Amino acid sequence: MVSFNTQHLTDDKPGDPGYERQLSAFEARISRGDKVEPGDWMPYDYRQQLIRLIHVHANSEICGALPEGTWIPHAPSLKRKLALVAKVQDEVGHGQLLYRAAETLGKPREEMIEELISGKAKYSNVFHYPAESWADVCVIAWLIDAAAIVNQKMMADGSYGPYGRALKRICYEEAFHLTHGYDMCISLATGTRLQRDMLQDAVNRWWKPIMMFHGPSDKESKHTELLMRWGIKLRTNDEQRQEFLRKYLPKMLNLGLKIPTEWEMRFDEATKTWHYNEPQWDEFLHVVRGNGPVSAQRLETRRLSHEQGRWVREALAAAAAGKRVPLPPTAYANRG
Amino acid sequence: MNPAIIDLLYRLADDGLIIGHRNSEWTGLGPILEEDIAFSSVAQDKMGHALAIYNLLHELGEPAPDQLAFFRDAAEFRNCSLVALECFSETDAASTPSLRNNPTRDRLVSHGDWSLALVRQFFFSEADSVRFNALANSTFEPLAILVRKFRGEIKYHTLHGRTMMRRLPAATLEGRSRIQKAVDTLWPHALGLFEPTRYDKQLSDAGICPGESVLCEQWRSEVEPILRETGVHIPTTAAPVYGGRAGKHLTEMVSLLSDMQKVARMDPDAKW
Repeated sequence: MVSFNTQHLTDDKPGDPGYERQLSAFEARISRGDKVEPGDWMPYDYRQQLIRLIHVHANSEICGALPEGTWIPHAPSLKRKLALVAKVQDEVGHGQLLYRAAETLGKPREEMIEELISGKAKYSNVFHYPAESWADVCVIAWLIDAAAIVNQKMMADGSYGPYGRALKRICYEEAFHLTHGYDMCISLATGTRLQRDMLQDAVNRWWKPIMMFHGPSDKESKHTELLMRWGIKLRTNDEQRQEFLRKYLPKMLNLGLKIPTEWEMRFDEATKTWHYNEPQWDEFLHVVRGNGPVSAQRLETRRLSHEQGRWVREALAAAAAGKRVPLPPTAYANRG
Repeated sequence: MNPAIIDLLYRLADDGLIIGHRNSEWTGLGPILEEDIAFSSVAQDKMGHALAIYNLLHELGEPAPDQLAFFRDAAEFRNCSLVALECFSETDAASTPSLRNNPTRDRLVSHGDWSLALVRQFFFSEADSVRFNALANSTFEPLAILVRKFRGEIKYHTLHGRTMMRRLPAATLEGRSRIQKAVDTLWPHALGLFEPTRYDKQLSDAGICPGESVLCEQWRSEVEPILRETGVHIPTTAAPVYGGRAGKHLTEMVSLLSDMQKVARMDPDAKW
């Protein structure tokens, strides 16, 4: 059981001398590269921003299990099937690990899950889209995991200890997912006509959500400045997007994949940056607020599966509390 | 002797593949995250065991593992009915957006009954435990070697199954009633795990595998006390469901294979 620390709930408010003293000591620690641990003093907004970020991250792992899990029963070889179950299991495990990290900041898992299924809490934009073919699973495992690693590697060096440690382990496993995803994409890209078409079709559909994955451009992102000041985030959304494009777009082109024509992707040799037409950020916001093509369906699947598992959680909680229902009188009479 | 061994290996491998497939349908949908992870892990172990045994079959001249899993029809599979039973029944797809390849699980999952999945896994791991303990001393050495490796994993499957089966029906009335219902539904199929085959005597005389009736008795002596301990009644009049070992399957097996094989069969020339 996680114990919640409420030490942050002091009477001091921003502006009070006590608060300001603690804040400057806190910021000095962060600029020295110290990690913040659960029992430490932290500003209210630091805690809230971290809970928000970790919660969204955990939800994304849990919702990300759905589009990929959909294809486990259809995986086309024993090797792929085993790898896909292992991968989706990892994602669920990451969700568990992250909910635990968020719990150290005072938010219980059950509350986070309730907020997810009620639509109050967000999850990554990419999981608001359907996985329509086997090739989608390959694209998710390669390119979306690649985009996620760019983000998570950066966050792993952030200032909050429990989140950073969880992310280090997560990145370690994600590296395997990336290899698995790349391998699957290579099989399709070098396969039969049908396989190559499937893959290109998937890339066509996923490129927009992938370009949006790291969040609104720096001009529009409202949280970035505060997050960077407190060492939660170390690089901006656009910097992460550039890193992703620099690393993976050439690999995609090498596999013979084409970026859909509505995207004007152009590499500037001099600055080593990719120029692209800016995604529609109002569309991104619309999607992450729960209006994507399968947002309602995802949450309904989660809600139903949560509801159907209620009896298990209740029984386990009762068992943990030492409760027992009496044995029925005939329990010992049914076998001679 | 060869046909008897081949038949035994098919039974073992097909059971493992099919229960692994069924358990993996819960990945991402488990009742709690920890159980989701545990079930996925058991699923991988069982599919891994199946793959190892298919490889052994391939060494004995049978087709390659993927060929066996993805390009055989139901009548050629030798698994029992228990492992193929469906634990989900899904809502009408008409109420949800239609998807290009319409993968079954992206439809809404309704009436997903985890008690069936859990009790099935409990019955199955106990059977695995009894069977593989016997096979570890099999005179057919290549199988004995494999089985000795599997046993380490099976120990965790039984530990998991026993823990849940002891907790859930003992702690709440709802838990007990759900587990009881699942036991009532699955018991005849569980007995079908030990469907006699025409090779039983031959295999047992040669010290390769004890007869199914012997294994069934051992299984009952493990399983029944655990059920009784938590007030779960053991069905007394249920007749075993047989047929799977002879390739006579319920309709669930046909739809399972159609799900499992559909991508693999999209393009016979493809390597995935």
